[in-house]
Amino acid sequence: MINKQINSLSEAVADIFDGATIMIGGFGEAGSPIELIHSLIDHGAKSLTIVSNNTGSGHVGLAALIENRQVAKTICSFPRTANSKVFPELYNAGKIELELVPQGTLAERIRAGGAGIPAFYTSASVNTPLAEGKESQIFNGQEYVLEYGIKADFALVKAEKADRYGNLLYHATARNFGPIMCTASKIAIVQAKKIVGAGQIDPETVVTPGIFVQKVIEIRNPADESKLVEEELSYPW
Amino acid sequence: MVNNDIKIGWSRAEMAQKVALDIPDGSYVNLGIGIPELVADFVPEGRELIYQTENGLLGMGPVPEEGKGDRELVNAGKKYITAIPGAAYFHHADSFTMIRGGHIDICVLGAMQVSKDGDLANWSTGAKNAIPAVGGAMDLVAGVKRIFVITQHVTKYGDPKIVDECTFPLTGKQVVECIYTNLAIIDVKKDGLFVREMAPNVSFEYLMVKTGAKLNQYIKAKV
Repeated sequence: MINKQINSLSEAVADIFDGATIMIGGFGEAGSPIELIHSLIDHGAKSLTIVSNNTGSGHVGLAALIENRQVAKTICSFPRTANSKVFPELYNAGKIELELVPQGTLAERIRAGGAGIPAFYTSASVNTPLAEGKESQIFNGQEYVLEYGIKADFALVKAEKADRYGNLLYHATARNFGPIMCTASKIAIVQAKKIVGAGQIDPETVVTPGIFVQKVIEIRNPADESKLVEEELSYPW
Repeated sequence: MVNNDIKIGWSRAEMAQKVALDIPDGSYVNLGIGIPELVADFVPEGRELIYQTENGLLGMGPVPEEGKGDRELVNAGKKYITAIPGAAYFHHADSFTMIRGGHIDICVLGAMQVSKDGDLANWSTGAKNAIPAVGGAMDLVAGVKRIFVITQHVTKYGDPKIVDECTFPLTGKQVVECIYTNLAIIDVKKDGLFVREMAPNVSFEYLMVKTGAKLNQYIKAKV
């Protein structure tokens, strides 16, 4: 029998090793799997490469993971937000590496990684500093740069609903990078607000088919990141 | 001498309204962060526009009532929004398929600098201690059919934002079609910048002083 449901957060992240590449879903706090990230802080794996659109807010979630010095490198499109303090400080001190990628290129590199496509050409970033040092090619009179697919050892993703097969539904704009990150990682670990019985998700509505997901855990009331930031809380509590 | 009683230029809302007037009925539109977000408030009567936000929603609606926001329903600026009836959610690769694939008709972006050739710089000043952050701007200018820029005419230090050559790192080369500022609406043409409209109490001479590139006037047809 296939049952991807696990029952403890520590078990969810237990296999994550030092030096792993981890994709973390979310666009700001929308879709950020904060309980899984906090569990990874408890777990303590170091020298991680994190692929995520942002670098977190305040001193919780992704920002706390970075503050705890578990991250050697981030691959992201927008490493600062209104409340990001941790990343800018470490970056300016030369203590964390940044690979800045245009958002659509980041999405496509992840999609390509998951789809078995090693590289592709895009017109985004042509004639800008982000294209420097990249191979380029002219197609139909237009210039494109070569970008490489990204694969990860793990993905941490937040979903709305899951079943034991790993089929997923998301909520509103919390979907963002979740579906493609599940496809591009060897072990996709998903926290869902509700795990329902097999057969209770209409196959016509499944967003992420279970084959792309290895572990699901039910987190019924995920923390409200903005509230934690407002209250100036830091993880570990 | 400056007469403080005379209003010079357009407000942010008026600028946004000018942009909205130039967006044809039925367009799919992506609005950037900041002043561009205001454009959604001014859809002319009788037109239906569909707003895309690159974090995964086609059919972005107005800001929700105070206290009714959903943390997981936000725009690219991470502010609360709503979804209109008939909206669709999707993941990031699909979102940028819409953008890079040429399916979005118009994108309205903010600017740090725009050059006479329509080069846009809007992501980094290139300063040493600045944290570089690009977001979706480079994908948008590379993939969207028409790029409109909405911006103050000069920086808060009074420096021109419309210049011969951008000194800040580029977002894209020869991508801007039209510039909407608090002082004027300026078309970017192959043969230079053409002033289409000037704000109240702005003269062409005044505009030239505030602009770092050569401006041209359309020749008026003889009546």
